[in-house]
Amino acid sequence: MSENKSGSNLERVLRAGHFAFTGECGPPKGANVGHLKEKIAFLKGNVDAVNITDNQTAVVRMSSWAASAIAVQEGVEPNFQMVCRDRNRLAMMSDILGAYSLGARNMLCLSGDHQRFGNHPEAKNVYDIDSLQLIALAKKMRDEEQFMNGEAIDVAPRLFIGAACNPFADPFEFRVYRLAKKISAGADFIQTQCIYNMEKFRLFMKMAVDMGLTEKCFILAGVTPLKSVGMAQYMARQVPGMDVPPGLIDRLKGASKGKAAEEGIKIAIEQIEEFKEMKGVSGVHLMAIEWEHRVAEIAERAQMLPRPPI
Amino acid sequence: MIIGDRKSLTEILDMIKDCRSILITGCKGCVTVCNVGGLKEVQVLASSLKIARKKEGKSIAIEENLLERQCDPEYIAELADVVHRYDAVLSMACGVGPQFLAEAYPTQKFFPAINTKFFGGATGHGVWEERCAGCGSCVIHNYDGLCPVSRCSKSLMNGPCGGSANGLCEISKDVVCIWDRIVKKKMEQGRLADLLTVMPAKDWSTSRDGGPRKSIREELTQ
Repeated sequence: MSENKSGSNLERVLRAGHFAFTGECGPPKGANVGHLKEKIAFLKGNVDAVNITDNQTAVVRMSSWAASAIAVQEGVEPNFQMVCRDRNRLAMMSDILGAYSLGARNMLCLSGDHQRFGNHPEAKNVYDIDSLQLIALAKKMRDEEQFMNGEAIDVAPRLFIGAACNPFADPFEFRVYRLAKKISAGADFIQTQCIYNMEKFRLFMKMAVDMGLTEKCFILAGVTPLKSVGMAQYMARQVPGMDVPPGLIDRLKGASKGKAAEEGIKIAIEQIEEFKEMKGVSGVHLMAIEWEHRVAEIAERAQMLPRPPI
Repeated sequence: MIIGDRKSLTEILDMIKDCRSILITGCKGCVTVCNVGGLKEVQVLASSLKIARKKEGKSIAIEENLLERQCDPEYIAELADVVHRYDAVLSMACGVGPQFLAEAYPTQKFFPAINTKFFGGATGHGVWEERCAGCGSCVIHNYDGLCPVSRCSKSLMNGPCGGSANGLCEISKDVVCIWDRIVKKKMEQGRLADLLTVMPAKDWSTSRDGGPRKSIREELTQ
């Protein structure tokens, strides 16, 4: 995992052997550039790259490539997310070229939540290709400098290719193989689903290490601080593929009045400390949902600062 | 076979609100087998419409009819003598029926009484499930007879996605995750290796995405 494939800062940080730290920012439900810039500013200097989500939970927002371009303007490296739900292969290739042209150097390839969850459940979904095929496509565009059909690309997009992994979805035994498939398709790095069940994640990582997968790909462990008991219960019951152990909810309940959020941050910091020591984990992906203003504090307390210079 | 559901009485009444007489024609094909557009269903719909219209004080004359198949011009031709005696014709066939009727009798009005839903089969009394999306290039042998195109909510060729939980799809607790079944079947039978290579992007040009389709068998066209 030595040669640089893109001009990505995140790639440089990882290849230099630093413990990476990425953040996340959802584009606005509108053209509120000011608000987007405020959220991005909270992350600047505190993370190596910021995931710019793509109509997450199937709710319409400013396009991920446009918000990524704004992040570039603001001096923050975006991790441009792309889901397979909303675009066919033509639009995907064209948006990859567009996002790259506007300065994106990382890309995260995702299936995308089904539109039934979102605010336009009447929509037709696309799924022309799936997330594995999207990874392979981004790699082909970068390494072979060709479109999917084999035609030459005039200046190829050199992106650091990411993918997601959910060790908590079923069937558990297959999840490490699906990770292996994503790596063989071309994933350079992986960001996992939010981790709450540490025991299961330790087991998953052991399987990944034993299979040699962590020698071929950087794995960033997903962390989302729980803000309240209500949020934890919602995640446990309503969010597909999320595994929030009852013990964790009890711990939040046990916090004194008004202190559940602080307890949630403490849990996140303990997790980050463990991930720093966990074999095969190359960094943390912090998804502080609508909590961008707390990222600096979490980064500081988890001793993730200062970030390595670009 | 083709599975459909009957439209609501309210919707049908609205479609035929200006008609004083209609012909209801069923089909002995798929819609008879899935109990939605056969003789019995034609009779039930006719009675329901008459009662509803009587309540509105606008009685309606209805003739009941059943064709061998509405997807074949030979049987459509049987309506030639009666089709123009009515203000409109209500077809209880799949979506093919009212179209073949409209092509054969261009001056008459035809309404669909059925919402055509999918290609599937009966999985229990009164229950039908989708099994085929008509993509035009079958790949089920790669998935041990379980079709991800029609049965995965995202038609993933390399599933299961991160939303699979307890054997169910993320979209609903009533929907099976077909990828969970595919993986478990392969694992049980010691053929997990089948799933370890990345399946390439599918060629959708044989599906509806390639435009309206046609099937020609030269030996039969002579």
